Amino acid sequence: MTKLKIKNRLAQDRLMLWSVCLFAALTAVPLLAILGEVLLRGYDQLSWSFFTEPTPTAYKAMKAIEAGAPIPGGIANGIIGTMIMLGMAVVVAVPSGILCGAYLAENPKNRFAQVVSYLTDLLQGTPSVIIGIITYIWVVVPMKGYSAIAGSVALCIMMLPLIIRSTEETLKILPASLKEAGLALGGNKARVMMKVQLPAAFGGIFTGVLLAISRVIGETAPLMFTALGCSFIRFAVDKPISAVPLLIWEFFNDPNLQELIWGASLFLLLFVLTLNLLSKYLAKKWNQ
Amino acid sequence: MESVTPILEFKKTCVSYTKQTMAVKYVSAAIERNTITAIMGPSGCGKSTLLRAVNLMHNLYPNIRVDGEILLNGENILAMEPIDVRRRVGMVFQRPAPFPTMSIYDNVLSGFVLNGIKLSKVEKDATVERCLRSVALWDEVKDVLNKKGTFLSGGQQQRLCIARALAMKPDVLLMDEPTSALDPIATKHIEELLLELQKEVTILIVTHNMGQAKRISSKSMFMYLGELVEYGDTETVFSKPSDERTKAYLTGKMG
Ligand SMILES: Nc1ncnc2c1ncn2[C@@H]1O[C@H](COP(=O)(O)OP(=O)(O)OP(=O)(O)O)[C@@H](O)[C@H]1O
Ligand SMILES: [Mg+2]
Repeated sequence: MTKLKIKNRLAQDRLMLWSVCLFAALTAVPLLAILGEVLLRGYDQLSWSFFTEPTPTAYKAMKAIEAGAPIPGGIANGIIGTMIMLGMAVVVAVPSGILCGAYLAENPKNRFAQVVSYLTDLLQGTPSVIIGIITYIWVVVPMKGYSAIAGSVALCIMMLPLIIRSTEETLKILPASLKEAGLALGGNKARVMMKVQLPAAFGGIFTGVLLAISRVIGETAPLMFTALGCSFIRFAVDKPISAVPLLIWEFFNDPNLQELIWGASLFLLLFVLTLNLLSKYLAKKWNQ
Repeated sequence: MESVTPILEFKKTCVSYTKQTMAVKYVSAAIERNTITAIMGPSGCGKSTLLRAVNLMHNLYPNIRVDGEILLNGENILAMEPIDVRRRVGMVFQRPAPFPTMSIYDNVLSGFVLNGIKLSKVEKDATVERCLRSVALWDEVKDVLNKKGTFLSGGQQQRLCIARALAMKPDVLLMDEPTSALDPIATKHIEELLLELQKEVTILIVTHNMGQAKRISSKSMFMYLGELVEYGDTETVFSKPSDERTKAYLTGKMG
């Protein structure tokens, strides 16, 4: 090979490297821009009362703006509503999702399992607004009203496929020797699953649950059809309830409250960021 | 003439992974109680496959067929419940595989947990100590029983796995190259242990190490391409093998 050819190839190599770096930087720009914008605009609003007080009325907000004072009140009603609905959704979605994922991992060739697996994919790809409208028909109409329960059903349906998949994937990459060792001691399949396989897969499953939570915590559309919203702090599960993403939408529609959008957005963003970092950290820790 | 039923007896046992080929072909042999039987043969000749047939491991994979009979105390295990069989036939794998989420203590007791057997604290403590003593691990780990089993060295892990199998008081212990991942000292420990253990349990051990077979086994099997071509007293098999293939393997001309 001539020297020239080698030079050419090295040049190609360098060109490739630079273009990869360039595109990586380009994709990072919008991410950083979003983060920066929300931080800059929302930072001022974060105060203790922002997290402990419910949304102000439009009138109060208007008065404050006229007086040049910061808008009073906060998003406590939304935070509490989000937590209540997430809590109920997690309590149902986590055990059923794990069981379903375990079933899929153990019976990959079974016809029924294949159908369920396909449906899981379908559910994962279903637009959230459709899940909202279905939940409206299934839950809101028979219960004759919007409620936290209806909202949590919608969130639960959205979390299920994510939990099922992460459980299934994690179980499938466990070494077969683990399961065989359990069965070789005389355990039945259910016990080996509960005592050996699921504990060994805990890291992956937990990460999946955290990601599922961070995925649905910002969902707005399904909650519009189900939880509706509520301007005061409420703990009842059979009444309309607020949620942080719903508040953002409400703030956007009310000229007097628009300033509050940024504080609420920042809260949501930081929450999701924390969950993601936590899940990364746990995944690393459990893989050691 | 004695007519004691052998503890384990293969009768024309065949195993096939695919429809076309058999990995184990018509193996017939009777295993005597409280002996160590070594299974030797070149790689891929079906040793692991034969061993795994005994605790019905092949049942986990629907494509694998096992034919013929395998008698445990005169009873055909192929017609028994796998859970029943596996409780009486323990297995130790090539790679030490303590349960990673369990402590050393819980690893020893895992057989009971997996069988849904409840023990009192006193029984648990006694079982753990007895089993760890019988694998000569007690003195090394008695102060760290709550640590994860995976913190131990490879040899210690393997002994822990043997202890875990022994806790269920099996009649037969299957071992698939249990020392191939271990250094010579750990290997020696385990060999001494096996010689001791044969008083309580019948051991079937796959080994690539002819020295090991000579040192510990009283009977030896030699397999070739899925067939059992030689089975007899270890001394005879090594000094006067009756089959040409065994001779070739033992003299290093094959495998
Ligand atoms: N899961 C499997 N699917 C299909 N064929 C298999 C499978 N496991 C083993 N075999 C085949 O069965 C034959 C016997 O394999 P086996 O693992 O019993 O050999 P072995 O004597 O234990 O070899 P080694 O000494 O290398 O462990 C081999 O030809 C192998 O290719
Ligand atoms: Mg093998």
